[in-house]
Amino acid sequence: MKRFSELLLNLIYTTSRNDKITHIMNWISGSDTEEIGWGLSVICQELEIPKVKSSMVKEISFSHLDKYLFELSYDYVGDMAETISLIWPEEINKEKKFNQASLSQVIKDLKTITKSEAPELITNYLNNFDQNTRWTFLKIITGGLRVGVSSRIAKIALSKSFNKDINEIEELWHAFNPPYRELIEWINGKTEKPNVQNRAIFRSPMLANPLEESDYKLINPTTYLAEWKWDGIRIQLVSSNGNVKLYSRTGDDISKSFPEISSFKFKQNFSLDGELMAGEIKNPGTFNNLQQRLNRKNPSKEIINSVPTFIIAYDLLILDKIDLRSKNILERRKKLETFLKIGKFPFIKYSEEVSYRNFDDLEKKRLKCREDFNYEGLMLKSKVSDYQTGRPKGPWYKFKRDPFNIDAVLLYAQRGHGKRSSLYSDYTFGVWKNSSSNKELVTVGKAYSGFTDKELIRLDKFIRTKTIGRFGPVREVEKSLVLEVSFDDIQKSKRHKSGLAMRFPRIKRIRWDKPACEADTLETLEKLAN
Amino acid sequence: MKIDWIKKSREGIQIKNGLFYIDPIYPVKNAVITHAHADHARPGHNQIFATKETIEIMKERYGANFCEKFTAYDYNQNFKIQDINLFFAPAGHVLGSAQIVINYNNQRVTFAGDYKRQHDPTCLPFEPIKSDIFVTEATFGLPVFKHPDANTQIEILIKSIQKFPNRCHIIGVYSLGKAQRIIKMLRTKGWMDTIYMHGSLVKICRLYEKFGIDLGRLEPATVKDKPEKPHEYYKGKLILAPPSALSDVWSRRFPNPILGMASGWMTVKQRAKQRGINLPLIISDHADWYDILKTIEEVSPKEVWVTHGSEEALIYACKKKNIKAKALSIIGYESDTDI
Repeated sequence: MKRFSELLLNLIYTTSRNDKITHIMNWISGSDTEEIGWGLSVICQELEIPKVKSSMVKEISFSHLDKYLFELSYDYVGDMAETISLIWPEEINKEKKFNQASLSQVIKDLKTITKSEAPELITNYLNNFDQNTRWTFLKIITGGLRVGVSSRIAKIALSKSFNKDINEIEELWHAFNPPYRELIEWINGKTEKPNVQNRAIFRSPMLANPLEESDYKLINPTTYLAEWKWDGIRIQLVSSNGNVKLYSRTGDDISKSFPEISSFKFKQNFSLDGELMAGEIKNPGTFNNLQQRLNRKNPSKEIINSVPTFIIAYDLLILDKIDLRSKNILERRKKLETFLKIGKFPFIKYSEEVSYRNFDDLEKKRLKCREDFNYEGLMLKSKVSDYQTGRPKGPWYKFKRDPFNIDAVLLYAQRGHGKRSSLYSDYTFGVWKNSSSNKELVTVGKAYSGFTDKELIRLDKFIRTKTIGRFGPVREVEKSLVLEVSFDDIQKSKRHKSGLAMRFPRIKRIRWDKPACEADTLETLEKLAN
Repeated sequence: MKIDWIKKSREGIQIKNGLFYIDPIYPVKNAVITHAHADHARPGHNQIFATKETIEIMKERYGANFCEKFTAYDYNQNFKIQDINLFFAPAGHVLGSAQIVINYNNQRVTFAGDYKRQHDPTCLPFEPIKSDIFVTEATFGLPVFKHPDANTQIEILIKSIQKFPNRCHIIGVYSLGKAQRIIKMLRTKGWMDTIYMHGSLVKICRLYEKFGIDLGRLEPATVKDKPEKPHEYYKGKLILAPPSALSDVWSRRFPNPILGMASGWMTVKQRAKQRGINLPLIISDHADWYDILKTIEEVSPKEVWVTHGSEEALIYACKKKNIKAKALSIIGYESDTDI
């Protein structure tokens, strides 16, 4: 456990990608198969400990620590695991059984413990670890590791350690659960390559880069095909020998949340890439509608009926055991179109090509993409591209609609979590509401990104010196700072006092120069929402 | 306890209707100053009362005209401003740092300024003085802050230098106090190599030496006059720089450096990561939570006032021990936002 903890520390404090890979490789070279599997599952954030949750750890802390001091500390540090690890009163004489436990031992303990035994076990570990190991232990439970390592980097380190092709590893990765025993035994040469042919596995999707101005010259109808960028969530629908699975973009199995799709009896074996949308093919819904279905593990019949879902299919990876990913996109899409025509699935629509004459024509289409239907923009795909995992530069571009911009007034601030820890970096802002007698500021949203580190420090200082009220961790500030806020979309909602909610609001500029009275009004925003 | 001769004003803490101020933020007639850090010791006052080390540092930083008139005192030397009796007691924060102990109306009020309880070879240790009212900072006033013995951190630094002989180490330190403390601690551990310094650290180091604190071989971290390319020359070397220089173009002249920072804030991992720090060293010139509580116990005041930092937690802890406590929430002392 200590070795793994040292690895995580090294990763946090290393900025270079190559150095990170070297650190992981060093750790792999001193670990056994099981340890490697568990460790990578922690780094890739794929480990699940169903019986022990953050809330339980918090409860345990309260029986050893002052609750009020804990809450203040947590607010300051911005991370549960780190707060508890720092504040926990350490035993001086450590029990070897816990202090020297291996990573595998700790995870197996956490996975097999019953709910009633868990508090004692957790307390024993916390008492007997040093601070850094305590932090690692708590991170395993709470998740949210934030050591700056993507699962891609972890897999590269694994592939380099044993000289195995990264793509082969990627392909098989999702077929196994932590600690990926069969997979790692194959990688380190102990066994033959596992056969996953008959399983409905997730395959890493191909991702697009934003289209920059310098890329505009590449785009014309002979080189790139265009499709609408639909405003849903990216999914992968896989069918293998009667086994149907729906995966999220990151490979989470979300089949159970969408039984109207996953219970369908497909005859063919295939793997299809597309967008999950709310509504029906003839009457697609908004992202806001879809949100009512997300993160619901067992949706009721009523909600399935009132907010049905369907798929817009844009790519076909596998069909009848043939891997199409090395074929070019035109060929894949032709196969997809035929497959859908023959299948006549009532809930899968083919993503039609958007024809255009030249780049200017395309730009016009993009600018109008909010008009007839609220598209998120356009997708541009090179006509000669095969299907690659990851985010290769060149073959796929996203060409998004322009965001809306408004001037709002900073009203409240709160300390940030994670990377923004301990600085006031979460901002609630509002706009003017005019009524017959007076003018008041009503909240419309919250933003915590878009500014530079330097601006953050200045904002933090502004908040500390202009505080006029405190509500627990929230500071109310003098109503004097104008923030130019960008957002992708705006909709009616009960969440904020204004009756509106923004999608992905971020700070575009800080208007130190602009008086608050010149900020935008609610009427302006309501017009955007309609 | 009723104290009507101490008030909080825009300028800072005001004694007896403006007779004098403690660490005032704006220019005043009479300023009594705890220590020479820029947020506490500002130029432009009419008359300054401080320890002689603090006066010398202010002179060095702001030039000879930093105030109209100054009076320098030794520690524990009694003096009067009108009918108010005062003396300075060591605070253990940086060279010259002092608590201001005021005796008036049969009451003793001690302003601790910034202070620490860990050993520092460059200044006198903090002296707890029994007082009716203890005015304390709370920069690290939360139980998450438990600073390790600074010696362990110096050992980490030396080990890292030895482990990476082909890279140089640039450590972010405050130019007054932290830099000299780290140099002196390295020397005490027998690490005698030349230490290279960002230009802004040189003056204060020379001044410390004038006060008899031997810092060993120091050189400016220049690149132009070096016989080899900076990359070659600075391999295995240690460079100290102010925190702001780490993210500046300045640090890019030393290829592939290991960036360190010596600060109490390095306790919080994400804060270190946010600054792109590779080698966090938890070395602080402020008392941690446990040392603040210990100090309050030793001073055994009837009342605690908190100037700045995480006041809520400290006030709560005092009240639990049946000590009256309140926040002064003085704005302008920047130690809680410094990095």
